[in-house]
Amino acid sequence: MLGVILSRLIAFAATLFVASLAIFLLLDILPGDPARFILGISATEQSVAVLREQMGLNLPLWERFFNWFFALIKGDLGISLTQDLPVTSLIFERILVSFPLAIFAMIIAIIIGVPIGIIAAQNRGKKSDSFLMLLAQIGIAIPNFWFGMLLVLLFAVTLGWFSTGGFISWEQSIFGAIKSLVLPSIALALPHAAIVARIMRTALVDVAKADYIRTARAKGLTNSQAIWRHGVRNALLPILTILGLQFSFLIAGTIIIENVFYLPGLGKLIFTAISERDLVLVRGALIVLVFAVITIMLIVDLLYQIIDPRLRSRGQI
Amino acid sequence: MTPIIKKMDYKGLNLFHWEQNMFKNYISKSKKLAFAILSILILSTSYSYAQTSEIKLGMVLEPPHLDPSAGAAAAIDEVVYANIFEGLTRIDANGGVQPSLATSWEISPDNLTYIFHLKKGVKFHDGTRFGADDVVFSFERAMGDDSVNAQKAIFEIIEEVQELDPSTIAILLKRPSGEFLFNIGRGDAVIVAPESADDNKTNPIGTGPYKFISWNKGAKIVLEANENYVGEKVSIDKATFVFISDPNTAIAAMLAGDLDGFPMFPAPEALEVFTKDDRFNVLVGTTEGETILATNNKRAPFNDIRVRQAMAHAIDRNEIIDGAVFGYGTPIGSHFAPHHPYFIDKVDTYPLDLEKAETLLAEAGYPNGFKATLKLPPAPYARRSGQIIASQFREIGIELELINVEWAQWIDETFTKKDYDLTIVSHVEPFDIGIYANPDYYFQFDNEDFRAVMEQLGQTTDEGARRALAIYAQDFLARHAVNTYLFQLAKVGVWRADIEGMWANAPIEGNDLSTIRFIN
Repeated sequence: MLGVILSRLIAFAATLFVASLAIFLLLDILPGDPARFILGISATEQSVAVLREQMGLNLPLWERFFNWFFALIKGDLGISLTQDLPVTSLIFERILVSFPLAIFAMIIAIIIGVPIGIIAAQNRGKKSDSFLMLLAQIGIAIPNFWFGMLLVLLFAVTLGWFSTGGFISWEQSIFGAIKSLVLPSIALALPHAAIVARIMRTALVDVAKADYIRTARAKGLTNSQAIWRHGVRNALLPILTILGLQFSFLIAGTIIIENVFYLPGLGKLIFTAISERDLVLVRGALIVLVFAVITIMLIVDLLYQIIDPRLRSRGQI
Repeated sequence: MTPIIKKMDYKGLNLFHWEQNMFKNYISKSKKLAFAILSILILSTSYSYAQTSEIKLGMVLEPPHLDPSAGAAAAIDEVVYANIFEGLTRIDANGGVQPSLATSWEISPDNLTYIFHLKKGVKFHDGTRFGADDVVFSFERAMGDDSVNAQKAIFEIIEEVQELDPSTIAILLKRPSGEFLFNIGRGDAVIVAPESADDNKTNPIGTGPYKFISWNKGAKIVLEANENYVGEKVSIDKATFVFISDPNTAIAAMLAGDLDGFPMFPAPEALEVFTKDDRFNVLVGTTEGETILATNNKRAPFNDIRVRQAMAHAIDRNEIIDGAVFGYGTPIGSHFAPHHPYFIDKVDTYPLDLEKAETLLAEAGYPNGFKATLKLPPAPYARRSGQIIASQFREIGIELELINVEWAQWIDETFTKKDYDLTIVSHVEPFDIGIYANPDYYFQFDNEDFRAVMEQLGQTTDEGARRALAIYAQDFLARHAVNTYLFQLAKVGVWRADIEGMWANAPIEGNDLSTIRFIN
């Protein structure tokens, strides 16, 4: 077990280093001078030169990378080029929106997806199964920004139950904050719920053929009792894998959803920072996202060991 | 008006506590939970309407920071100009120059010395007194070697700024300038205090009728009326700028009543929804944005005037305006804003005439046309205009390859390195015809005669003579077909029908809140 954890942690650190190098270099070769962009086309050459100097853009590439990287290790992501504020604090403010949004969406996806998958599996081959899987197919096909717009039209414009977007901060009102995340997280969750439902169904159908289900049935359990007691836990393994993989898509989805619902989240921050050529901010936000995604992967990896005892023993060999 | 807001807020707060208690009581009784949530939603939305002295305005872009003297982003001025910060002069709704922190001024007969008399009793929002020393500080800060002012050229003409007494200032110029009073009314020349200037990016302290309250990054900026303002009382007590970049969301937010106005509405294609609805008022005005098919005058074949004339003959402006900006735009034939008093209409210099265009191309040595690239920045007007122009040029044998670029890339490749054939962009600086006098500007138009005209215009202060020179210059550019002039970008705002006093036109970037009020 310890060996497994150690090897995973080494892989984690290596991934982080390679990712940070890639992020730094890719952003560096983007065309466009950030100083000229900030000051606009009417600015004099002299003003632009002064700003370039202030932003430290005149240092050689490697020096800039290592300055950035060592500061990164210490938890310092630098000062935003356009906003003149520490990147860590800018990102932290936004995480308070994006992280709950992603978590809510994940929870909604599980709450909707898992039961649908179980019901479909129990009724395999029947009409209700086909109907639920058709729904899932539609759920995957609908782009979530469009679904978000539909939710806005119904619940905000027509019914007036929610506002069309925006965010009431947590300090201002916890209830208000949750309320402002309801529509966005539903919109974000839809395709994920559909995927979870399909995977759950497939996994259960596979499990249903297993020997231990037949044994459980022979013991006198009904089909659904056998599935609930013995099948679901076994079927959770593929679900966990999918949730881990889906997390990065969920994060990508927040960029679009946050723009549709004008939420002040990390996605919107990155979107603005890229268009304003705020390289320091883009780098910082990307590295935080990479960190979040590979951390989730690591957790999923370790969770496998807990859920599936077979992996544990294999780890010890 | 103020008491209403307070009462509303109080009620809102109360309601919230009640909701929480209700939530607690019902949480265990799952059957009633759904009902509880429903009631909460209905009740909690019912108090957010109709706060008449508060206004919520939509903006597409969020400002990177709030110091107008240290950045070019239009979004900065759209929040702070004339609201938080004031200059010695200010630009009014029609583009004219009005007194602001300077109540009056005298100009010496040689047009080199300006004496400004400052408004008395003015305080900055943090309580520090405003005086001549602040004016000297602000100008010297903008003129200094380490200045990062985006319009530093405005200050280049200034020889010296002197404090004569605490409420009188003298500015000495290196040479006469007809644009000086206008230029110091721009957002880049606002007066700031030495005590607060360094923090203006995040906590702007000015002298204007509104003071900065809060900024939720990524979401909104809140301003409140400055109770110590010396000048006319404002009607709106509290203004919130909400940042909505998605056009569809902007439509929904207006329809749902979450916003009271959207001064630069991002979805011209959807305006019919609002023009047909009594609850809204669609306000169409002009901007300073001359949208042009900018042409690299140094690069073949565009260095031949006949090629440029052929292109001018080949475009159908009405089709472009209908297709690219949904009919909201004014055709232009030169580089000048139609609302300006010196404007003359030069659209007919080279009317739509495909035969003439083909003849001109043949004369220039391109009887079968040629191939060229057209770089398009991300603005929707540019991308859509580009496609229409490509199809119009194909009629006379010019094949355009469309290349989409980002803004930063456009500034780098097109503007700075001048590596382009053609591009489409809107030039939004007011009275910017002088850019044609700079041979290094990205059009690379190098003409001695035009430079002489511009130099004369810059130094002429007599109104009649200035007008004559400006008209001559417009005609000159139209005849030389330096660029193909397309249309003046419109300012289209959507507002609640019971609001008045907002600017229809945008002679300068800004959203002046001081004249806005609700009609009772």
